[in-house]
Amino acid sequence: MADAVIQVNGLRKSYDDVEAVAGIDIAVERGEVFALLGPNGAGKTTTVEILEGFRPRSSGQVSVLGFDPARGGVDYKRRIGIVLQSTGVDAFLTVRETVDLYAGYYPNPRDVDEVVNLVGLGEKRDARVNKLSGGQQRRLDVAIALAGDPELLFLDEPTTGFDPNARRNAWDIVKNLAALGKTVFLTTHFMDEAQFLANRVAVISKGRIVAEGPPATLAGRDRMQARISFRPPAGHVDLPPIGEWTQDSGQAVLTVEDPTEPLHRLTRWALDEGISLEGLEVHRPTLEDVYLELTGGDEGEVEP
Amino acid sequence: MSGSALLLRQVRFTNRTFWRNPASAFFTFAFPLLFLVIFTTLLGNDEVTVGPGTTIRTSTYFVASMATFGLISACYTNIAIQVTFAREGGILKRVRGTPLPAWSYLGGRVVHAALVGFLLVAITTAFGVLVYDASIPTGVDLFRFVTVLLVGASCFAAIGLAVCGLVPNADAGPPIVNAVILPLLFLSGVFLAIGEDAPAWVVWIGRIFPVRHLVDALRDSFLGLPGFSWTDVGALAIWLAIGVAVAVKTFRWEPAR
Repeated sequence: MADAVIQVNGLRKSYDDVEAVAGIDIAVERGEVFALLGPNGAGKTTTVEILEGFRPRSSGQVSVLGFDPARGGVDYKRRIGIVLQSTGVDAFLTVRETVDLYAGYYPNPRDVDEVVNLVGLGEKRDARVNKLSGGQQRRLDVAIALAGDPELLFLDEPTTGFDPNARRNAWDIVKNLAALGKTVFLTTHFMDEAQFLANRVAVISKGRIVAEGPPATLAGRDRMQARISFRPPAGHVDLPPIGEWTQDSGQAVLTVEDPTEPLHRLTRWALDEGISLEGLEVHRPTLEDVYLELTGGDEGEVEP
Repeated sequence: MSGSALLLRQVRFTNRTFWRNPASAFFTFAFPLLFLVIFTTLLGNDEVTVGPGTTIRTSTYFVASMATFGLISACYTNIAIQVTFAREGGILKRVRGTPLPAWSYLGGRVVHAALVGFLLVAITTAFGVLVYDASIPTGVDLFRFVTVLLVGASCFAAIGLAVCGLVPNADAGPPIVNAVILPLLFLSGVFLAIGEDAPAWVVWIGRIFPVRHLVDALRDSFLGLPGFSWTDVGALAIWLAIGVAVAVKTFRWEPAR
């Protein structure tokens, strides 16, 4: 791949006798928003911290922006921005001072006020950092990561612990980054986050990548069968002759490749019979269904 | 920006946070000055023997002692507690993810701490000059005094960084840091003069650990006493080397999990 920003082959990482990352391959192209999706303990943070240069790997090849992160040093750090899962800042500086402090570490920083506004902290620019809410502190994390105008941004679970509003705001910020042409490597355990933000998702489970692709077609989701269901009125035993109906807790269920025609016939049948189709649903597997199936049984472990 | 320019910038930012943090400003800065006033007021008129045939007023003795205490508070206690706090709060890890060289960050902390220490020494000295008629050292005494200050500040800053590696978490910071230094301050004649008839083990603690060497060297050079010995400065330099070696081996950038 000519323009791969991140290229990982056969990456493994063991802690004592636990294999946290068990041989994964990842390729991320310039300008992509890539999400590593998986439950806690699946190896997300270990992977992203190896890419960021915080941890050595046990084996495998890793190249990020042409650097080996484990040996990239200052030249590598100048080109990336990092939002760690949990970090602190000096409580006694203001928002603006904090962003200014970090911007000064980079050769070509962005304008401090511009960055503060970009993450929506313009009104809080002169507030002490310890007076910010949790969501605002997370936005400050993003502002700090952007201060050096990085080509590549790592976001490790950027919205964990957010209320729905704060999540929406954070998503908008990441969407803005993508629009600026930044490459974003994101980890999350929220399906909707991966679906909303990422061009491409890799699902990681027990240290292995179990599926990869655009969120809409992940693991053949787009080709899976649709499920039409409704609740037949009491005493009405006949069902329309359009396929093999099954019963599932009072629901009549029909599984089809393409729901267009069966739906049309179902509604015409209902009109002819003079009944209403209560609880009518057409359901395609969501990313969540796919995800739960892929990561089944892998949950509740603590990240090493 | 070069690493040294970044270091100076760190000093500026560290200074800003230092004075905005009531706890650090009080315990590092006001505490030694408070002690100075209390000790000299209570005990100022006694006399104390500081060497064979050399007797000075207790007030003068405490001016030198509190200068030592100030330097140790600023360099050792302040660095050990603040850096541990920054590590456990994730600040060090964040810094590690930026292009700021590690030595610029830690150097900024050390230089700032030393400057606070020197300011404390200057205030203490001014207090001694104004209230107790002490005289500011000149010539070779001044050279000795400044050398002791520089070596002493570096030595205790290095020990402060070394102790960070021993502290498991932020809550354990202040107790461990103080448990290391408080007994030494008492047994090295910072708060109470150690007389000629002190038990041998107390004398040996003074000889082995760096606090007594700093107290003696600062006092003797400040007052121009004949007892000044470069051996004390040598002992501080050895502890500086030990501190650096231990810090390099044990320093962590990430919080305990």
